[in-house]
Amino acid sequence: MSSVKVELHQKDVDKIKEIAKEYNNDPEALINVLHSTQDHFGYLPAEIQEIVAEETNVSIAKVYGVVTFYSFFTMTPKGRYPISICTGTACYVRGAETVLEEFKRQLGIEVGETSENGKYSINCLRCVGACGLAPVVMVGDKTYGRVSPDGVSDIIAEYEDAE
Amino acid sequence: MQETINITINKKPVEVEKGTTVYQAARKININIPVLCYMELEDMGVKHNPGGCRVCVVEVEGVKNLMPSCVTKCWDGMNVKTNTARVLNARKTVVELILSDHPFDCLICAKNGTCDLQKMAQDLGIREIHYQGEQSTYREDTSPAIIREMDKCINCRRCETMCNDVQTVGALSGINRGFEAVVAPAFEQNLEHSPCTYCGQCVAVCPTGALTEVDHSNHVLRALADPQKTVVVQTAPAVRAALGEEFGMEAGTLVTGKMTRALRDLGFDYVFDTDFAADLTIMEEGTELLDRLNKHLNGDKNVKLPILTSCCPGWVSFFEHHFPELKDIPSTARSPQQMFGAVAKNYFAEKINKNRKDLVVVSIMPCVAKKYERSREEFANNGDSDVNYSITTRELSHLIKQANIDFNTLEDDDFDKPLGESTGAAVIFGTTGGVIEAATRTAYEIHTGKNLEKVDFEELRGMEGIRKASVDFDGQEIKIGIAHGLGNARKLLENIKQGKSEFHAIEIMACPGGCIGGGGQPLHHGDSSIIKARQKAIYQEDAGKKIRKSHENPFIKELYEEYLGKPGSEKSHDLLHTHYFDRKKRWIKK
Ligand code: SF4
Ligand code: SF4
Ligand code: SF4
Ligand code: FES
Repeated sequence: MSSVKVELHQKDVDKIKEIAKEYNNDPEALINVLHSTQDHFGYLPAEIQEIVAEETNVSIAKVYGVVTFYSFFTMTPKGRYPISICTGTACYVRGAETVLEEFKRQLGIEVGETSENGKYSINCLRCVGACGLAPVVMVGDKTYGRVSPDGVSDIIAEYEDAE
Repeated sequence: MQETINITINKKPVEVEKGTTVYQAARKININIPVLCYMELEDMGVKHNPGGCRVCVVEVEGVKNLMPSCVTKCWDGMNVKTNTARVLNARKTVVELILSDHPFDCLICAKNGTCDLQKMAQDLGIREIHYQGEQSTYREDTSPAIIREMDKCINCRRCETMCNDVQTVGALSGINRGFEAVVAPAFEQNLEHSPCTYCGQCVAVCPTGALTEVDHSNHVLRALADPQKTVVVQTAPAVRAALGEEFGMEAGTLVTGKMTRALRDLGFDYVFDTDFAADLTIMEEGTELLDRLNKHLNGDKNVKLPILTSCCPGWVSFFEHHFPELKDIPSTARSPQQMFGAVAKNYFAEKINKNRKDLVVVSIMPCVAKKYERSREEFANNGDSDVNYSITTRELSHLIKQANIDFNTLEDDDFDKPLGESTGAAVIFGTTGGVIEAATRTAYEIHTGKNLEKVDFEELRGMEGIRKASVDFDGQEIKIGIAHGLGNARKLLENIKQGKSEFHAIEIMACPGGCIGGGGQPLHHGDSSIIKARQKAIYQEDAGKKIRKSHENPFIKELYEEYLGKPGSEKSHDLLHTHYFDRKKRWIKK
């Protein structure tokens, strides 16, 4: 699993310590600590895992083992424009899969990955509650409804000139 | 009273204690059930039974599915069959599936002939693999002592148990899931960048060729063939108590005489003994112990006690990585391997009029960590290491086999002088408790000025992971602690850290059992009676020695008279002592 090098500020370190403390620095609570930490930072780079290891008294190898075992943990940050494709039942039956394939093809990344320029990332969502609009795609907070594979390039084009 | 249970295995009745597994019950009546992931060193605190591989399945009357015998507990009236056609078929399927994702390198694999998977395939008569699938590939990782070839990993996770639970080092973990699953250091870095101590306990239990030691035997052959070089060999105490196993001898057979003969036949110019250096270690370490003890007893608050032994490089790496704040407590005495190297490359080279660079020092060790230790920079002089090559007991057996030496019929020979002379005290360095017993024999006589009548300190012997004993130094009670296995060492270290340690001196060995159970020894395949037999052999060798106290070794006396002065002298410090480093990785920069 690849990762990016990050430099943590003292306040980030303090935050992780705070989270670990909420769980009494208990080795048994490692998964919970990792969850809360990922919720806060968005992802779990090596540098963060190392502090979690220290704070929960678990070996760094074990922490890495847990992070790589569960698919909901990620070591890569989301893109600046995170693309989420709903694969709930309604979206799925209306062709979300083909839309997903098209995003993957055009951006050259897999689900859970981030494009090299850090701009886009793709992940799948369970039902977002907008079934009337299925298939639904979200880019950041913006929602797109009734997306077809043909519409994918238009969506991407909207962000091409942005930073 | 333990509740007992009666069961039947292959029509044979057996009575077992409640909680016994079917596998253990079968062993009790000599019924062999093959296992692959399961591993236990009885009475040595080592157990691993994830119940993962399913090679050990058996049929139980009244139960529809086959049951894994290594995790299934016996119940009263149970009727077990271990070798029905259905069982054998299931086993074959399991092994074929493992083989379908395993390289076919057997002929050139380092584990050829000693691999558990290979044996299993052979025993089950597998001639064809009915499953085809993708083969997982993994890059090779080489460190100063251990090679990881994870293509050959079958995910039994034995190594993880040794590293994390027994040794509490935490260098390895299972990572990823499904097809990608493998055991690796954090972030899949090389072992070299992990807190690995190179104790080699993962290598000792790996059933396949996934984990092996770095093989230096070819370098040794090259040195032996070089007419410019004088090649000197030293053999560690635990080697003579185990080498015979590689040639089909019973565990616990002492082969000191045959080993020296074989080394001579291999072409070594001088066959010396690490035991000589073990005696030297006692002189230096014992003096340091007494010095610190006397100061402490006289109320000097600056002296730190307990003093910890420092002859095991796995243990040295452990405290450097995990307890660097305690790095002033261990003795500064180098290990016997390194003391030998320093004496050979300086004193002995001078004696035979050779440049140290033309002298090649080879060590035969029960140990994987010694390969790393010999490569440490502080043990070299202008790039020339004091010990040039360190090979394991297993590698030595390969050299002997390669040279077509019929080991079993060799006549006994003896070590050369002066660096081959040793005492019984040195021999017992090979087992847990031995170093501190050897030190006690010498320290007692020096401290009390009296002759020690009975040199056997039974209270220091045994196999429990942590042992305590008191020795009476003429009215002064000396409290001694012993730990083997790094997890046990950790417990004593935590106490020291919290200022709660009651001991004056502590002996620590990284490997369960001490060096007799070292990572470089013939594989025990999960049979702890082998390690116990080696321990017995070590004490037997000690008992048979004419001289049993290190300070009475005549050549040690000569070395001090001719060269070093006295223990703890400037020259001794220069050649025989060392210092330690803080190797803890600190991620949060202060
Ligand atoms: S490396 Fe060896 S001991 Fe470790 S899981 Fe793989 S096969 Fe088992
Ligand atoms: S050599 Fe020892 S410390 Fe290193 S990975 Fe193996 S068991 Fe762990
Ligand atoms: S106990 Fe012996 S074999 Fe094991 S690491 Fe220490 S010196 Fe090597
Ligand atoms: S040996 Fe019993 S499941 Fe592996």
